[in-house]
Amino acid sequence: MRRKIVVLLIIIVCFLLQTTVFQALAFASISPNLLVVVVSAFGFMRGRKEGMWIGFFCGLLLDIFYGSRIGFYGLVYMYIGYLNGLFRKRFFPDDIKLPLILIAASDLACNLIVYLFQFFMRGRFQFGYYLLRIILPELVYTILVTVFLYFAILKINQKLERIEKRSARKFV
Amino acid sequence: MKVRRKPKSKLNLPTRYVLLILTGVCVLALFLSFTLNLNGGPLKTVAGYVFVPMQRGINTLGSWISDSVEGFQSKQELLAENEALQSRVDELTTELNTLRLEQYELDNLRELFELDQKYPSYEKVGARVISNDGGNWFSTFLIDKGENDGIEVDMNVIAGSGLVGIVVDVGPNYAKVRSIIDDTSSVSASTVTTADYCIVNGNLETMNEQQVIEFSNLNNEESAIEIGEQIVTSNISDKYLPGILIGYIQTLQQNANNLTCSGTITPAVDFEHLDEVLVILEKKQTAQE
Repeated sequence: MRRKIVVLLIIIVCFLLQTTVFQALAFASISPNLLVVVVSAFGFMRGRKEGMWIGFFCGLLLDIFYGSRIGFYGLVYMYIGYLNGLFRKRFFPDDIKLPLILIAASDLACNLIVYLFQFFMRGRFQFGYYLLRIILPELVYTILVTVFLYFAILKINQKLERIEKRSARKFV
Repeated sequence: MKVRRKPKSKLNLPTRYVLLILTGVCVLALFLSFTLNLNGGPLKTVAGYVFVPMQRGINTLGSWISDSVEGFQSKQELLAENEALQSRVDELTTELNTLRLEQYELDNLRELFELDQKYPSYEKVGARVISNDGGNWFSTFLIDKGENDGIEVDMNVIAGSGLVGIVVDVGPNYAKVRSIIDDTSSVSASTVTTADYCIVNGNLETMNEQQVIEFSNLNNEESAIEIGEQIVTSNISDKYLPGILIGYIQTLQQNANNLTCSGTITPAVDFEHLDEVLVILEKKQTAQE
């Protein structure tokens, strides 16, 4: 229960930051994607199941407010969370390389899917332009933000796990 | 390390199956929203009441901060700006006088022809932009007025004198606006002097590179239209009210068929610093209504 509330709070804060503050802090009209960091991080820290649910809810949130069709982002983020969960066994908190690679890959995948389904399908074929002007800048900006956001999420998760372990020991 | 507890009474499906079920739910939702145009429903109401007040709060704080930062603009800059504005005022005053004369003449003529005013002044409501689309692909934003303030889907949104976009989705206390620079937007428009029709399309690429949007299919047989021509919404558009300024022609080129032109338009609205917008509380009447 405690974990659910904390995770919900993290999602809400990141969603609000992404849609308000970071839109104002955009460099060259590019802003980072915080929700993908949250989904991906919880995916590889906590496994497939949690990644999947968190992805589903983050995506649904985006769908309700900004999506043109409900369910699209839900689907994309859910799979991102699930696939990141497959890497849980290889994840060690001290190692920053794997999280960075996974988060970067997630952001890339997310944008490629959006491009494919919402731009390519409408006849916008200049993939090179969109790659250089939208996808890569967002990737760089997201990774920059990840360096801070990831450690915050990691610390919160470790704290939660400590509390859970302690209370489990008490009751068993 | 591992704590095994008795599985709770809830049935515990393997994650794979839950993933499949949720995929099904999403696909179903996508399908439903494509066919029935359902968009959220009660979810929208709940989400609206949870998130919109928070976004509004953050936004108020943000604009307060940026206002106070702007307060420190240097005196030199302000003086220069003042000078420029003063000359602009003079310029506009002269222009206004000419226009007044013309207006007087026009009024007289209208009286003669017993014409109604061509564009009635629409009833509008002011709204504040509270958040932008989280990604970098689209150009939609939320405003802090919704159903409760009488806003409906397909109402036109303007800022200053130019067209901003159209309401595409509405919740109880918020509305989603798709701006005309969005990649998926297209508006039926016409030129002011020759009343030739054209289509104005939003384009992410040209907007990012040159701050312009595209237009196409402009009939320009006599090459009467020049760069700088005003483009307004046309009277044949089914969603946009006629005569709202969209922008000015920036570049113009003849198409290969030698009949039509296409080119780019500089929008009349500054989309980078959109803060307050006006929603026109009147929808275009179409034939079936």
